[in-house]
Amino acid sequence: MNPVYYLYLAALLFTIGAAGVLIRRNAIVVFMCIELMLNACNLAFVTFSRLHGNLDGQIIAFFTMVVAAAEVVVGLAIIVTIFRTRHTASVDDASLMKL
Amino acid sequence: MNSLAAAASTGEAVQFWILGTVAVVGALCTILMKRAVHSALSLAGTMIVLAVFYLANGAYFLGVVQIVVYTGAIMMLFLFVVMLVGVTAADSLKETLKGQRWLAAGLGVGFGILLIAGIGNASLKEFNGLGDANAGGNVQGLAALIFTKYVFAFEVTGALLITAAVGAMVLTHRERTERTPSQREQSLARIKDGKQVTPLPAPGVYARHNAVDIPGLLPDGTPSELTVNPTLRERGQIRDVSQEALAELKALEQRSQEWLGRGGSESPAAPTTTPAAPKEEAGK
Repeated sequence: MNPVYYLYLAALLFTIGAAGVLIRRNAIVVFMCIELMLNACNLAFVTFSRLHGNLDGQIIAFFTMVVAAAEVVVGLAIIVTIFRTRHTASVDDASLMKL
Repeated sequence: MNSLAAAASTGEAVQFWILGTVAVVGALCTILMKRAVHSALSLAGTMIVLAVFYLANGAYFLGVVQIVVYTGAIMMLFLFVVMLVGVTAADSLKETLKGQRWLAAGLGVGFGILLIAGIGNASLKEFNGLGDANAGGNVQGLAALIFTKYVFAFEVTGALLITAAVGAMVLTHRERTERTPSQREQSLARIKDGKQVTPLPAPGVYARHNAVDIPGLLPDGTPSELTVNPTLRERGQIRDVSQEALAELKALEQRSQEWLGRGGSESPAAPTTTPAAPKEEAGK
């Protein structure tokens, strides 16, 4: 088996995540789909690291993880705040900047 | 480490095809499951599979970090927020934009074809493998890179994490602006409202069930909404004991009907009643 199949898997997972962001309305699930896309990118980075035979790809994947963790913390805090004021987690209902 | 050279072994191929299927199914479940909790659990499964793939690709440190940070911290944070928020947050099935779902699915398929065709056309013939890079240990190699070539990015990451922590606290912290009403004030307010002065009635029907998801029955036999937790009501997880009893009775009647129909053809009806009783016991 050629390790390039990992890249195909990463592309597939990224596509599923992107479709999920477009399809789903629940803000939390949209967020999970973004995480899925980030993970797919990480898999591609790790595979490219193996392709080139150096560790730079793994470093980038590591930084992606750190940024994803920070992003999740802030994003979920925003979702909780929106839920407190509007009592909904649907992205359709949060169409106004101010209530 | 030599196995991480160009071509993957047969064992890795088997692992890839089995776990890759699991990962794709988990990803599909993430976007197709109706409840956010199920989505979160499917995504956690996909992330664990990805961790195994990192290990297989020679990224030992990242594989462990993936399990600890992603499935351990991030997904549990997701579950936490789902429990806080998602109780009433079942996705509405009404489309705000007409045909948006099919359009989105079509776009997704097109995008996927584009990506996969791009990879197919790229010249990725030979893999160098991580044998040399991992020779002194994966963690040591990563550390050497982080603290030399990528040290500036590493410092900026620290600033990012501090900002994120402060931001989360600012966003979720709520200053209490008014005094909490005392017990006396609360009871006075309840009497002024005149809706429900006494404590709420207990759930369950004592003769049969006392589970919290079964509403108590009013004197006329109708279930009382007040007895069940509003969260369960929102989720539609209330079991109605009167409906259940009716369904059970109907099933019982049908079974005895079947038994009588079969028993009547071969023997008179009188002896069928005695064997019917233990069968119904067993059926329950």
